[in-house]
Amino acid sequence: MAVTQERQRLAYIAAQAADARVNVELQTEEMTLNIGPQHPATHGTLRVVAQLDGEEVVWADIVCGYMHRGYEKLTEVRTYPQITTLVNRIDWLSSFCNEVPFILAAEKLMEVEAPPRAQYIRTILFEMGRIANITLFIGSMGADLGAITPVFFGFRDREYVLNLIEAATGGRFHPNYDRIGGLKDDLPKGWIDDTKATMARIRHYCDELEDLLMGNPIFETRTRGIGVIPASIGLEYGLSGANIRASGVDWDIRRDVPSPLAWKDLDWKIWTHPDGDSFSRFWVRFQETREATKMVDQMLDGLPSGPIQAKVPRIIKVPAGEAWVHTENPLGEMGYYVVSKGGLGPFRCKIRSASFNNISILPWLLKGVYVPDIITILASLYFILGDIDR
Amino acid sequence: MSPLSSADTDAAETTEEDVNASASALVAELQSALGDAIVGTEVHQGDAWIRLSPDSWLAAARTLRHDLGFDYFCFLSGIDWMPSAPNAEDAEAATVDVDVEAGDDSDAQDAAGATPEEAAPQLSTEAAQEQGWETGVAGGESRFQVLARLYSTGRKQGISLKADLDDEEPRVESWVSVYRGADWHERETWEMYGFDFVGHPGLRHIYLPSEFEGYPLRKDYPLLAREVKPWPGLVDVEPMPDEDGPGEAGAADGGEE
Repeated sequence: MAVTQERQRLAYIAAQAADARVNVELQTEEMTLNIGPQHPATHGTLRVVAQLDGEEVVWADIVCGYMHRGYEKLTEVRTYPQITTLVNRIDWLSSFCNEVPFILAAEKLMEVEAPPRAQYIRTILFEMGRIANITLFIGSMGADLGAITPVFFGFRDREYVLNLIEAATGGRFHPNYDRIGGLKDDLPKGWIDDTKATMARIRHYCDELEDLLMGNPIFETRTRGIGVIPASIGLEYGLSGANIRASGVDWDIRRDVPSPLAWKDLDWKIWTHPDGDSFSRFWVRFQETREATKMVDQMLDGLPSGPIQAKVPRIIKVPAGEAWVHTENPLGEMGYYVVSKGGLGPFRCKIRSASFNNISILPWLLKGVYVPDIITILASLYFILGDIDR
Repeated sequence: MSPLSSADTDAAETTEEDVNASASALVAELQSALGDAIVGTEVHQGDAWIRLSPDSWLAAARTLRHDLGFDYFCFLSGIDWMPSAPNAEDAEAATVDVDVEAGDDSDAQDAAGATPEEAAPQLSTEAAQEQGWETGVAGGESRFQVLARLYSTGRKQGISLKADLDDEEPRVESWVSVYRGADWHERETWEMYGFDFVGHPGLRHIYLPSEFEGYPLRKDYPLLAREVKPWPGLVDVEPMPDEDGPGEAGAADGGEE
């Protein structure tokens, strides 16, 4: 800890000195820098308009909606089983995790509960979605900071997980596997052993990536103390998931909200970090990936036998009522507020996606940072465009 | 770098009754703290809803944030309770929908100010009650409701808040001064429903192009693609050979297995 503070202090002094030189030597004129909508650092079509004074951001505005697909309107003209196809495409790196809370909301209104085996398989795939999603984050965060190697590692590791998801669900990216009252299919033969081997492999790769990035002085200097979010401000903006745990808030929906999924049976740990900077966001996600591999192992060992589908009518009609179900997705809190009037489809479905709240802090956070840090901060907050624009 | 972590992660074994009990306790506490601001409450399946009077929307948020520890802003959105007929089976609702669109083509997309005489009776609340419109949990008396969700990381409890808004000029005070995160959500709700958030620093479009007209999530805003071509998925809800029809109780009994 002492080493960290010393390093942060020196970096701060160096930054101040550089700042002073710039201010003395250069007459700076304000200019507008437009990043995106097509820019590698925005990972999709997000546009950042930054007003610069020299290298410093005076204000920044975020323009989103280039990919808005109107899912909330579309859910009103679809039946419940059809909607999983839509919500698959919200956070497309961990699509299965989007299906689960929606199906749980429908099950809550119908007062149906899936059998334990189905709940376990749901949770296994949910955590595997987290691994697939966050390994890619680890790679892309390195790439955004100039380290090209981790991105290849990240893509490679993710592929092993995606192959398993494909083997179980039939869909590599868009599983569409969750059903009201259960699942589409049971796991294929040999899948459990393959998954255990892959989880061990992922843990090994995590160690490799840790060696690559964590000790790297460039990586540390560019992330430590950059984009600090105090816990109270983060909560006000609705930051969730690893972003808020990196600000020292010990809150995880998997533990704190009762859910029929298997998390309550597992022995696991919620990682937090007190600093709230870009490095801690990276670090917390890193630990969560490892933790997720251990959770998958535990669930594979304790996988109950039995049916995977509860008895539900062939034509799904959901009784009138309102339900709010949220889960701890890889990007943060994902929730559905479903209003049913007893029909075949929802009357209203509010989709609360994590990235929309997570990046709404950017105009506040980018004020006063330097241009290269914009990229660090965008990378460390980690958003998926489909999760912002819905 | 010190790996600081949470204390124990042993999830407390909580049953449905316990959850409902804690939600009821929360509602009782809010009732004593907010007093007359609350016009309706509901506790169901462990979730708590509170309907506030629209005038106290902002004051209630202040109390919740500063005195009651609701530090986490989850989302803010709206609901339009006007019936519409996305599914062909809702026959009587379908006629209502068509009437509104026919009488209302020019004005439905305008700002919430002027309302044509023909459309007014159908859009107003009185007509709503005649036609048997139903609002959801915690009640409601108007077509539009603003809906928000807050969470307290300290007590680990969440609450859904609603308030009835005026049919013609839906307007409510902005929460930006209490929860900064409400900024984008209010812009989205303004864009999708046309609610006016008084005191918001800049209500501009967030998802849609700035020249976009109309409020797409209102029920009287037609989904044009669907108007032109019926959804092929409707085939799925045709009665199975051994069933009377999708609307019959018989369909609900016949399980797949």
